[in-house]
Amino acid sequence: MTGIYVHVPFCARKCPYCDFYSAVPDKNILEDYTQALVRNIREYTSKGVKADTLYFGGGTPSLLRPAQLDSIIRAAKDTFVLENAEITLEANPCTVTSEKLEAYLSSGINRLSLGVQSAVESELETLGRLHSFETAKKAVENAKKAGFENISCDIMLGTPGQTLSTLETSINSLLSLDIQHISAYMLKIEQGTAFDCDKIRNSCADDELSAQMYLKTVEMLVNAGFEQYEISNFARNGKRSRHNMKYWKGESYLGFGPSAHSFFDNVRYFCPGDTKAFITQKTQPRIVQEENPDKLEEYIMLALRLSDGIGFEKLTALGGNVNAVVQAARTFEKAGLCSISQDKLHLTPQGFLVSNGIISQLIDSAES
Amino acid sequence: MDSSNIRNFCIIAHIDHGKSTLADRILELTETVELREMEDQLLDNMDIERERGITIKARAVRLKYHAENGEDYVFNLIDTPGHVDFNYEVSRSLVACEGAILIVDASQGIEAQTLANTYLAIENDLEVVPVINKIDLPSADPERACNEVENIIGIPAMDAPRISAKMGTNIKEVLERVITDIPAPKGDDEAPLKALIFDSYYDQYKGVIIYCRVKEGHIKAGDTIRLMATGAEFQTVEIGYMGAKELVPVGELHAGEVGYIAASIKDIGDTRVGDTVTNAAMPCDEALPGYKKVNPMVYCGIYPADGAKYGDLRDALEKLLLNDASLSFEPETSVALGFGFRCGFLGLLHMEIIQERLEREYNLDLITTAPSVTYKVTLTSGETVTIYNPTNYPDPGLIASAQEPVVNAHIYTPSEFVGNIMELCQDRRGTFKDMKYIDTNRVDLHYVLPLNEIVYDFFDALKSKTRGYASFDYEMKGYEPSKLVKLDVLLNGEPVDALSFIVHEEKAYARGRRLTEKLKENIPRQLFEVPVQAAIGGKIIARETIKALRKDVLAKCYGGDITRKKKLLEKQKEGKKRMRQLGSVAVPQEAFMSVLKLDD
Repeated sequence: MTGIYVHVPFCARKCPYCDFYSAVPDKNILEDYTQALVRNIREYTSKGVKADTLYFGGGTPSLLRPAQLDSIIRAAKDTFVLENAEITLEANPCTVTSEKLEAYLSSGINRLSLGVQSAVESELETLGRLHSFETAKKAVENAKKAGFENISCDIMLGTPGQTLSTLETSINSLLSLDIQHISAYMLKIEQGTAFDCDKIRNSCADDELSAQMYLKTVEMLVNAGFEQYEISNFARNGKRSRHNMKYWKGESYLGFGPSAHSFFDNVRYFCPGDTKAFITQKTQPRIVQEENPDKLEEYIMLALRLSDGIGFEKLTALGGNVNAVVQAARTFEKAGLCSISQDKLHLTPQGFLVSNGIISQLIDSAES
Repeated sequence: MDSSNIRNFCIIAHIDHGKSTLADRILELTETVELREMEDQLLDNMDIERERGITIKARAVRLKYHAENGEDYVFNLIDTPGHVDFNYEVSRSLVACEGAILIVDASQGIEAQTLANTYLAIENDLEVVPVINKIDLPSADPERACNEVENIIGIPAMDAPRISAKMGTNIKEVLERVITDIPAPKGDDEAPLKALIFDSYYDQYKGVIIYCRVKEGHIKAGDTIRLMATGAEFQTVEIGYMGAKELVPVGELHAGEVGYIAASIKDIGDTRVGDTVTNAAMPCDEALPGYKKVNPMVYCGIYPADGAKYGDLRDALEKLLLNDASLSFEPETSVALGFGFRCGFLGLLHMEIIQERLEREYNLDLITTAPSVTYKVTLTSGETVTIYNPTNYPDPGLIASAQEPVVNAHIYTPSEFVGNIMELCQDRRGTFKDMKYIDTNRVDLHYVLPLNEIVYDFFDALKSKTRGYASFDYEMKGYEPSKLVKLDVLLNGEPVDALSFIVHEEKAYARGRRLTEKLKENIPRQLFEVPVQAAIGGKIIARETIKALRKDVLAKCYGGDITRKKKLLEKQKEGKKRMRQLGSVAVPQEAFMSVLKLDD
């Protein structure tokens, strides 16, 4: 089954650490943009694609009015076969009101992803967020009241000024909201963002402290009944993000909007990050990045992000050298970085922390 | 031409005293090279020579000079390397001449190489013509330089030409001196052929080109020659003399002349510098004296960074060997580095040059092991073995005694640095021999030093301890008994053969500690903790720990942008290419070089 991604490249304010494609919107652009999305979805050439997830990402998709979101969802439902779909909306805690939430629900949106980031006011301020933790708490409560049963919150690790103890405070605050899903991302300072300067860099946790923070987060969330199913993602009661799982399981997805990525019919492509062009062009152009990507390489690279890990049967089926992989992984296992069983291997939280190196080595081994 | 109007000479000087610049001026003045074709350091045509300002290979050029006495002369200028590594080649080039122009820098005075090369010239009965150069410099003191030449070398110098090769001042005076002070060559043109090989190189079309000085007799194209050291015979195809930019064929070469012989010779090993060429049909009784086979002094392992390039490395070495008979190499295998070659060099400069040429001219990425000298070890069984590779150093229990090569070293320095230098030499296990005052504030320090102690970074240390004022020269003295041990390095508990080296017992601990520190600095954090240990015969004497990498992860999934992650993996792969996988540890190439720089 395919996943549908809709990008909304607008924010009320650009966060200083963000390098996703987004901008503060002009007056009438939101309506023009909605129409362009609807047009693109409706004119999508291969009709009848079966999809089970629809994901509004951004930017801040909740900047769109409920009616605009509704028209996009209707377009998707008319174009694709959306069965029992998980429909996610990324939302800024400030922008969701009870009325909006109810409207979302009636449009079919059944999952909310809130960018809470921290429960410590000074940290939120440094991150350039417009909300306070109280606002976030209110948003979650309202969402639950409205009937949302699948709420996710983002939290950031290693942000300027954050300490192990403020992190604990944030996590405990988040846990008190009784939500089903948490994404915990270590801050990565991206080139060209406002955070890309020595002053910020020096006020952030170093690698050692970041690692401690990450392990602390994993420990606390697991103790609270969450399953760590991916490097940065935790779910309760089986509420994994079905949409994001598609990225990691090598399944297909179609992206709409500037800078949205797609993987369909074995081709990886994206739409260039140019909102004006997206609005004026009849249909979005596709820039092909890769045709028939190396399945073995992608499998190892993506599956090792998941706590499910890589299965040896699948590895063999893709032509991978299982013996070499296991042999290389033994060294990592000794260092506590992965765990190997009869039919699969997966990384431990310590392993996730250094997964780049492990993945590249295991790909080498698999290809040997 | 009458041999009385021939002058064969060379120029000797300390590095940077202006040898190549004077050669350039002489070429211009004699109109050997047209001005529009003139370029700096014309005779040093290898890139490395130009960049480093040194002469590596000997060259010769024939010049025509119309003298002030109205007569025409033929000059053969033989440009020689100045560095100690090439001492033997220098000495053979000198034998091809009757005289030498000795350049002394008017501001620096006499330096170590000036003296070493002058003594070589005097030993070979050359007439030495001193010339004081760089008189245009504000710090020039020609008077003092002349005094030094008279006092230290003991040749008259008060009327020596005072020139500026850079500005072209008084160059003609030098040429006139060549005529008046340097004798014309002697030699019986009718005697059996006796020609000295002072250099050779491989030409892709003509085979080996022999540079020679005809001492007795004559030679013409078609003659069958015999090379006396090897006994090999060849029919000459072409003979001639060396123009500034190309070879100029002539019908015959006569006694007293300098020229070249091409005889379709394929192997440069047949044409050894110092050997004598004679006519196979009418051979001379005995060869010219002084020929010897030069043996490498310094060895190191050279490995391709990319194991697949082993064949390319072999081809490149073979090509270099065509032009450099003093290079030696044979295949060796290292557990750590795979297939490579153990290469022998005349000295450190020679080693550096070969490495650089392999990398630049043949586009190879190399890993080289620490340079090592050859040790002589007597085993408890009574057998004596020569050790070229530290890896093969016998187990301590099997060694009855060991010997290492030592050199006579002379250091010329302003007296204020004597203390620093003595400290350095002491530290390098030197034995003080004597100290002579060259003038009121400069001395010649004579030490006997183990070669092993100067192959690493002695010259750099000397420069830094004397702010660059000291100069240094050495010659082999022989072997002396020594207490040596082999130091092994273990990474993650596994010995790395390519990092082993031999060191004096007393310095082993300090070196082991420093080495493990250096390796820790040079090896990046791995996915797990890696102990770095130094050991002597199984006993650990130093340990450092490379901590485990803590964080290397792409935390976000970037909205399905998988290629972003792939690019990162590509980058890691690139980084890995510069690494050697030693068991479970990835080691960058620089780590292998860190063994060389233990004293900074």
